[in-house]
Amino acid sequence: MSNPQDNPSDKPETAHVDQPAVEQSPENLPAPGGEGTEVRSAGQRRGMFGVSGTGDTSGYGGLVSPIVFPSPSQRPYGGWFDEVADALEARLRQTDLTAAIESVVVHRGEITFHVRRDDLPFVAQMLRDDEALRFEFCSGVSGVHYPDDTGRELHAVYHLLSMTHNRRVRLEVSCPDGDPHVPSLVSIYPTIDWHERETWDMFGIVFDGHPAMTRILMPDDWPGHPQRKDYPLGGIPVEYKGGSVPPPDQRRSYN
Amino acid sequence: MASTENQQDLYADPSETSQGKVFTVTGQDWDSITQGLGDAADERVVVNMGPQHPSTHGVLRLILELEGETVTEARCGIGYLHTGIEKNMEYRSWVQGTTFCTRMDYLSPFYNEATYVLGVERLLDIEDDIPEKAQVMRVLLMELNRISSHLVAIATGGMEIGALTVMTIGFRERELVLDLFELITGLRMNHAFIRPGGVAQDLPPGALDEIRDFVSLMRKRLPEYAALCNANPIFKARLEGVGHLDLAGCLALGLTGPPLRSTGYAWDLRKTQPYCGYEDYDFDVQTWDTADAYGRFRVRLAEMDESLRIVEQAAKRLADLEGAPVMVGDKKIAWPSQLSIGSDGMGNSLDHIRHIMGESMEALIHHFKLVTEGFRVPAGQAYVPVESPRGELGAHVVSDGGTRPFRAHFRDPSFTNLQATSVMSEGGMVADVIVAIASIDPVMGGVDR
Repeated sequence: MSNPQDNPSDKPETAHVDQPAVEQSPENLPAPGGEGTEVRSAGQRRGMFGVSGTGDTSGYGGLVSPIVFPSPSQRPYGGWFDEVADALEARLRQTDLTAAIESVVVHRGEITFHVRRDDLPFVAQMLRDDEALRFEFCSGVSGVHYPDDTGRELHAVYHLLSMTHNRRVRLEVSCPDGDPHVPSLVSIYPTIDWHERETWDMFGIVFDGHPAMTRILMPDDWPGHPQRKDYPLGGIPVEYKGGSVPPPDQRRSYN
Repeated sequence: MASTENQQDLYADPSETSQGKVFTVTGQDWDSITQGLGDAADERVVVNMGPQHPSTHGVLRLILELEGETVTEARCGIGYLHTGIEKNMEYRSWVQGTTFCTRMDYLSPFYNEATYVLGVERLLDIEDDIPEKAQVMRVLLMELNRISSHLVAIATGGMEIGALTVMTIGFRERELVLDLFELITGLRMNHAFIRPGGVAQDLPPGALDEIRDFVSLMRKRLPEYAALCNANPIFKARLEGVGHLDLAGCLALGLTGPPLRSTGYAWDLRKTQPYCGYEDYDFDVQTWDTADAYGRFRVRLAEMDESLRIVEQAAKRLADLEGAPVMVGDKKIAWPSQLSIGSDGMGNSLDHIRHIMGESMEALIHHFKLVTEGFRVPAGQAYVPVESPRGELGAHVVSDGGTRPFRAHFRDPSFTNLQATSVMSEGGMVADVIVAIASIDPVMGGVDR
């Protein structure tokens, strides 16, 4: 028991060095996209079984792999994607708002426009009204919380449908945790009223200009926003000497 | 017995309301209101209806402002059935996700599973690898589900206007569909049968005969609904012109499904953006041109006939696909075993157990890894909507490359369509609110998720 090796704090420094996984050796990494594409890492995955420190007896605790989402695409996007992007850019150029579209991601046959949040209502209005675009139907907004994507933690994702041209696009805006404000689209797509309330309820994104930004699914006096990744989860007390089943994010599991 | 003086309301103390008196009426004691009002000639009453009320399709709360019998303002209160299914899915593997989302809209479980599974398959990039038989079985189950869901819509809608026979025969036929589900998936609801990569089980022996019997029986029984309701003067008087919402209103408020098609616009994702091979089936999109509750009823009735046509074609194709695989060939994704009935009940097939326990160590490891850890889904997001009985149902599936969904959000048509309650019922009679909501056919499990 007196062996200093048993005390984790006395372990030599080398024991804590993160070793890249074999899958990350250069020959195993995916080929980079086109020239100049930027690969953004939105966080890291560590270990294999959701445990760290002395609880980790697997030996895999030092694994580190970056979480990389599909990187922005370069032209040509293929199919009708270019027509939509052209029409959108042409209209934006007329109004000196070329910077409104931050990036375009084409992945698995779906196109995503990352929009600067201040310009969202303008872009949505154009997508709805322009004859070449005509995205007259909005399926709603869905929030996504990326706690490790510093400065763009909260994303609001809109799915638009053009019944005229039978096309779908996705708009994505992001905002930092410290300033969770996104302009509301209720005046453009009235259907998004409840969807924005739900996203506020679950993620705490404030949709500026919404006529009645109140909770919709959770009780009015509920504290916090449950679908954020940092929302504390409760454990389950069991009738054994005050024990409890740990909350799901602290249980041993694959990650 | 109910008046402001002698009864205390736990939830709304008279002193807490900003205006007017509060009456707590719990049954047939409406007289107490008239007595309590006395000679005050104010006809304006705010009625809180629900969340427990037989006419609200589950735990829907309606706040109605009445001027006499006319509704001047109608608002919905929802959330009473919120169970955090989307959050729960983030702590289960991708396959386990189907067991959660199937419970959302409990009248159309196969659609919940289908839209989620199609999104996962798109992220896995295996959309073209799904075996034909799995796709046909998905279509078969979804169309049977459309029939059972529309039967409940028509049955409960009938019950709420006092047409009790419509309710009893509607549930009688729905039971037949649920029997088919039980035969094919083992369960009447909450099936978790459509899985990433295919479906959970092959068709059991004799299922196709049962399906054919059902189709021929329904061919006789569906006309009974038409004979009972279509020209029934009472039925028409209650439904015609009620809950009117035209095409522009539907698009602005995001309504899809029967409310949209009752305006005459033939928008159906099965035709316009086919999935699961719907382009191979011969069927028509049903529309009506009155944009009211009656039109929605007729659209639903006609859609059941179309669903029967699709079921018939699917059964025909399945007869030629006996023994074909129902799960994707990729062993890194496909669930390793099928179920079978043993002497101690249903469980993993004995052949599989013999294989992993007695023959192949690698197969055992593989089974263990796939069942406990699951498979990884490449990072990205997908949205593959399907045409559920209530309209566009879509799952926004986000993966960070892990073994569990990073986020799954369901765009439920009940949730979106329910927003039209105000515009459909304001200015009408209070009795028509019920008809308007019944014509939207919201399922609160899907609204609140």
